[in-house]
Amino acid sequence: MTRKQKIMLWRIIAAVSLILLLIPLKPENRWMALGLYLIPYLIAGYDILRKAVKGVINRQPTDECFLMAVATIGAFALGEYLEGAAVMIFYQIGELFQSYAVGKSRRSIAELMDIRPDSARIRQEDGSLETVDPDEVEIGSVIVVQPGEKIPIDGTVIEGEARLDTAALTGESVPRSARPGDEVQSGCVNIDGLLTIRTTHEFGESTASRILELVENASSRKSRSEAFITRFARVYTPAVCLSALALAVLPPVVSLLLGKAANWSDWIYRALTFLVISCPCALVISIPLSFFAGLGIASRHGVLIKGANYLEALASTDTVVFDKTGTMTRGVFEVSGVHHSPLDDQSLLRLAALAESRSNHPIAVSIRAACTDMEKAGTLADVHELSGLGLRAELSDGRLLLVGSEKLMRQENVDFIPCSHSGTVVHIAANGQYQGHILISDQLKPGAVEAVHSLRQLGVSRTVMLTGDRESGAKEAAELLGVDELHSELLPDGKVAEVERLLADARGKLVFLGDGINDAPVLSRADVGIAMGGLGSDAAIEAADIALMDDDPRTLATAIRISRLCMRVVRENIAFSIGVKLICLLLGALGIANMWLAIFADVGVMVLAVLNAVRILLYREKKKGEA
Amino acid sequence: MKKSYKIEVDCANCARKMEEAANATPGVKEAVVNFMLLKMNVTFEDSADPKAVMKDVLANCKRVEDDCEIYL
Repeated sequence: MTRKQKIMLWRIIAAVSLILLLIPLKPENRWMALGLYLIPYLIAGYDILRKAVKGVINRQPTDECFLMAVATIGAFALGEYLEGAAVMIFYQIGELFQSYAVGKSRRSIAELMDIRPDSARIRQEDGSLETVDPDEVEIGSVIVVQPGEKIPIDGTVIEGEARLDTAALTGESVPRSARPGDEVQSGCVNIDGLLTIRTTHEFGESTASRILELVENASSRKSRSEAFITRFARVYTPAVCLSALALAVLPPVVSLLLGKAANWSDWIYRALTFLVISCPCALVISIPLSFFAGLGIASRHGVLIKGANYLEALASTDTVVFDKTGTMTRGVFEVSGVHHSPLDDQSLLRLAALAESRSNHPIAVSIRAACTDMEKAGTLADVHELSGLGLRAELSDGRLLLVGSEKLMRQENVDFIPCSHSGTVVHIAANGQYQGHILISDQLKPGAVEAVHSLRQLGVSRTVMLTGDRESGAKEAAELLGVDELHSELLPDGKVAEVERLLADARGKLVFLGDGINDAPVLSRADVGIAMGGLGSDAAIEAADIALMDDDPRTLATAIRISRLCMRVVRENIAFSIGVKLICLLLGALGIANMWLAIFADVGVMVLAVLNAVRILLYREKKKGEA
Repeated sequence: MKKSYKIEVDCANCARKMEEAANATPGVKEAVVNFMLLKMNVTFEDSADPKAVMKDVLANCKRVEDDCEIYL
């Protein structure tokens, strides 16, 4: 608690104890009672009265303090001393709670995003270390990061090895390893090694700073719900005040005209209860608090959302469009199978790798990568590249190898077995004898199938995959993933056209998930453009509305779940606070509700709305893979 | 030009009122108050001098909410 809050707490405690003493006393004399109840009233509310006077001077008739002062003084004037004092005390309790709860959640959300390093340790030319403000570190400086410390600035490791905890950035709990030559990002925590890093960015341009800036700006970009509440608050208070005035004057006057008793004090009391309910604080506080909590908890799970409006849109996702390469697949070609070989798999790979050992073709690279024991492969005597077909290689032991496409096999009259899978197929023959083939394809990411499945569980009605690949290649992946539609052989502008067509059909929001490379136009065309950011991929974070930092398509479902929770809380709070206020206004006008109920409508509702918003922070994702 | 200022304000509705007051100040193109971060992001008109404008913004904010503060 701050000093201000502590003083307030003591004032409230003092006022409440005095009231509790006064109630059993039941002072007989009217003036004595007034005097006695004024003491706790003033202890609790002297600052409200002071502000009320200032409000009048500044011509702010709808200032809360002014309204609260009018209501309570009015209660005293009507002889309701206890109520007058109690309403003021409860109002102050509400204010105290609000400032405490908001301060607390502000801190816990800030903790979620606690990735900003406080200092950096520079290694000087003579080897000594100096601790400085990270802002002062120039590009190209050499910094040292000890175990347990955050990496302050992006850079390249030049010495040392360590495991890095990237959870604060990606939500990923498995540590990454860093060794010399690796790029490392600020905000990661060095778990166990001593790292020496040459910085490649300034502090302000480093990952941690930029993520923080994004998240902070995100809560300034207001959602539609928030805009609605702001508009509502603008008319709500004046409207309630005018009704209060009307309620105080009209019914008595009408009664008088009809020749009945005016009942002034009864109607004025009802009008005063209106004033107590007139503050829109519960609404105004709970909505941005909910979004702020939503954005914070999302960033904890590796989902970087650039605006509350996107969080809002994400909750009503109806269509999800994926890019294939790099999004649902790894985006690199790997050996995915060895088929129909009389040799064991490694031996065949070894032969192929040997034949391809002088080639830089991507296929050759992936075959070599899959071959774990190149040293046993023997040596190459001679190799000829057969353009578009493959290779003819002669080994030192005299064997003649043919490595290449079906066409090559046919041309050389080798009896081969065609492959039934999609991807690039490399056939191998030795001395005219078929040795089998190697399948090389872009593999699906580990969580891709589960990702599509969980989207469907979340009620996404349409999943579409777009790709520039040929139909034959994409079809197998689409079937494995279980997406509803596949559109292949698309050029970049074809993807935009396809998304536009889907946008016209979509009942809810259309989300596009891409890898952020070459799909900027589609990302901006979709209602919500999501890039598989990955750490350190600046372009993706720039182009998209939301970035998934861990590069895992399953995180999209997490993001949608968080957005749904957040929007549910927002809707609950709007309905609950407006509902309770309207009911209390109605009951107040009918004379059923008294000021006690009115102060609950003001303070109690706010407390509940704030607690409801804080509930979002309790969101925990089930471990990936457990679904 | 865009600048960010740290602010001090007690309640959300007061923050909303500050935002309205700031937006009504000449020289301010757009002001957004972020109550959760206690920050005010102000975009100024091209011809405006931020220092002078912010003085007016502070005065206008004080008028609607006596208890607020903007750290210039």
